[in-house]
Amino acid sequence: MPIIETKNLTYTYPTGTKPAFEDVTLEIDKGEFIVLTGPSGCGKTTLCRCFNGLIPHFYSGKLEGEIYVSNLKVIEHPIHELARHVGMVFQNPENQLFALSVEKDVAFGLENLGISREEMRERVDWALKMTGIYELKDRAPYELSGGQQQRVAIASVLAMQPEIIVLDEPTSFLDPVGAKNIFEVINKLNKDLGITIILVEHRLDLTSKYASRIMIMDKGRIILDGLPKEVLNSEEARLIGVGIPKVTRLYQILRNKGVPLNQIPLSAEEATKDLLEVLRI
Amino acid sequence: MIKIQDVFFTYPNGVEALRGVNLEIQDGEFLAIMGQNGAGKTTLVKHINGLLKPTRGTVMVDGVDTTKVSVATLAKKVGFVFQNPDHQLFSETVEEEISFALRNFGFSESAIKERVNWALNLLDLAEYRKVSPFMLSGGERKRVALASVLAWDPKIVILDEPTIGQDSQQKERLRQFILQLNHLGKTVIIVTHDVEFVAECKSQVVLMSQGKIIAHGSAKKVLTNLEVVTQASVVLPQISQLFANLKNISFPTEVIDVNEAADILLGKLGDSQ
Amino acid sequence: MSMFNGFKFRSVNSTIHKMDPRAKFIYVCVMFAVAVMFSQLIPLLVLFIIQTPLVFVARVQKEWLRSMKGAAGFAAIIFLMNVLSLYFYGNYESLSAIIERSLALTLRFMVLIESFSVFFLTTSPDLLGLALEQSHVPYELCFAFTTAVRFVPVLAEEAQTIMDAQKARGLELEGGSFVKKIRNYIPILIPLIVNAIRRSLELAETMESRAWGATQNRTNLYVLRMGRKDLLLMLFSFIVLAVSAYVSWNVQIPNITYLLNI
Repeated sequence: MPIIETKNLTYTYPTGTKPAFEDVTLEIDKGEFIVLTGPSGCGKTTLCRCFNGLIPHFYSGKLEGEIYVSNLKVIEHPIHELARHVGMVFQNPENQLFALSVEKDVAFGLENLGISREEMRERVDWALKMTGIYELKDRAPYELSGGQQQRVAIASVLAMQPEIIVLDEPTSFLDPVGAKNIFEVINKLNKDLGITIILVEHRLDLTSKYASRIMIMDKGRIILDGLPKEVLNSEEARLIGVGIPKVTRLYQILRNKGVPLNQIPLSAEEATKDLLEVLRI
Repeated sequence: MIKIQDVFFTYPNGVEALRGVNLEIQDGEFLAIMGQNGAGKTTLVKHINGLLKPTRGTVMVDGVDTTKVSVATLAKKVGFVFQNPDHQLFSETVEEEISFALRNFGFSESAIKERVNWALNLLDLAEYRKVSPFMLSGGERKRVALASVLAWDPKIVILDEPTIGQDSQQKERLRQFILQLNHLGKTVIIVTHDVEFVAECKSQVVLMSQGKIIAHGSAKKVLTNLEVVTQASVVLPQISQLFANLKNISFPTEVIDVNEAADILLGKLGDSQ
Repeated sequence: MSMFNGFKFRSVNSTIHKMDPRAKFIYVCVMFAVAVMFSQLIPLLVLFIIQTPLVFVARVQKEWLRSMKGAAGFAAIIFLMNVLSLYFYGNYESLSAIIERSLALTLRFMVLIESFSVFFLTTSPDLLGLALEQSHVPYELCFAFTTAVRFVPVLAEEAQTIMDAQKARGLELEGGSFVKKIRNYIPILIPLIVNAIRRSLELAETMESRAWGATQNRTNLYVLRMGRKDLLLMLFSFIVLAVSAYVSWNVQIPNITYLLNI
């Protein structure tokens, strides 16, 4: 039983003249790490708002087709119920922190759910330790760097112990080192805790190595959906214009000149290994 | 020419953001200023159009000391495009938005008309002339902000984090556009932490760390120097990472371009066959 | 602007800072009530002086002085207006009596400023919001309060960025006629308001995504519990209130003028 399932899902914003995305049919299994990408305006941000019910409950507009998340039919359950199963982390770290201390922020969702103080304390401390920010628990949000703020946002979502976490371009405002750290945290949540991850990103060079699957959208439709190496190496990916990792591009150039490597590299480490193999031969 | 001499800057809240910066930027140069968030990059470029005045040291733009003239006067020469276009947009139509600065600088009505047309065409915005900027998409709003700054044809253009939130195609268009500006003779300075973008631009690069410049040179030289790149909390471009890993088997290290990398590899692979 | 610093929370590890805001609030209310009970100079002077040790215990002297300095302007106006109105419309015998009475009324104002200043200087908005919650103020209001406090510095910084961005397009904010000055602030206000609205939308999305509204019985990570010191403060306040009430009804308080035979 897939943990997320959609059938012919189509959505049009209230002020939109044409659908933001249409005819989206997909299945995501528990424990997967999905990277969802595509050019600006392709509908990926809108699509991920459907996974926790923001569409259709927060944003009106027309939603057609079916969508099930954690065996719940999304249109029949309010956002606060879906929030127990699907956590969402947004692009701007600053606008996700309300409280005047980190641990109060992490507790926010649990307070909303009416969790007892003792259990809250446990879960907050656990979430802070999982994201590596336990020492920051008494600090104020404005004192933190963007990367630290996003980790607080992730901890706040993690504390609610959802099965799925959706992240919408969480590293847009972060520098490369901050971004790398966030991806490592996300990967840890996926590999160590088995949380299903849906990551909307442009930075494929940094994220494709963690993904079990990559989906590429363009003009409101899913065009490619498959293993990262296959998807990123395909001609279609190049035509759509997503940011294929440079080493993958290198692989393509070498292959066209008659020098195929044994594997398609997505990262510098993989490319190094592949090249060393070929050079020894 | 922009001359930054021994500049120190401390914010009113006591944070020392610049600790002895020396930099000369030639006319027509294309420079990328890189470094971690908080290294002082934006603080530094805000000195060029006088938004900030040095606590110590001097900043001279074309021989004029920035402490001696108003921001508006410097702005005529130095166009500054802020990171978030929504911090600038306020007009009812794109046309009015672009005219704003021109009116402030005292251009005649006929000159304003001409410059607005030029800017709209330069950034592919002609169809949005009478549209409200708030109705446009994020990428389109960025172009409007850019158009409204280029409208008065400043000699020096500063872009603060122009690649944030942009997809690959938008970045490629931006790169082409910057090259176009450079060809027109403009000095272009970008503040960014997007290494791959700078590697493709092949500009001059300044690396900053904790309020100081720790490296200055061509992208090829600076972005392949693991030591300074790490110190500035930046990462090596992917191709350079690859070649850094291969340097033990006598590969050149100053490689940032995919095509150049392919040529080198094909050469080496041809040799070993 | 510096006067407002006399009311902005300053974090210090002092006894007063750690006290329950509800106890402190009761103390402030009692001071208010007592100040209103008396219009003679002697009791008001006593009231003013007994509060000053608190300022030093809380180690917020510098900021407190700022609030006093800022209030001095208003105080002077109150003093003058009282002197004039008593002189022309009152039925007092001597000038010194008039001055004493005006001083007393001015001091009443200063006592209020003093207690409010100490309250706000020593109470973090966090704890204040929590106190409101535990006093059964509807959660939406408490949340609006703490969120507003959290975002004030953010908005202030954004306003500065917007000003910089528009200055970089040739906008002159200084000089010019009054009308022109107002017009020049439109390019600042509109982006500020639009961005504030956008920000609220993003905050709302986050709130919803963290199960806002899941239950009416919201719990809380922190809880305020009255300690011994808090109860002592409240006891002290009530004693002061009781004594003052008794004195103001039953005891004839002499004027200094009378005592000195002026």
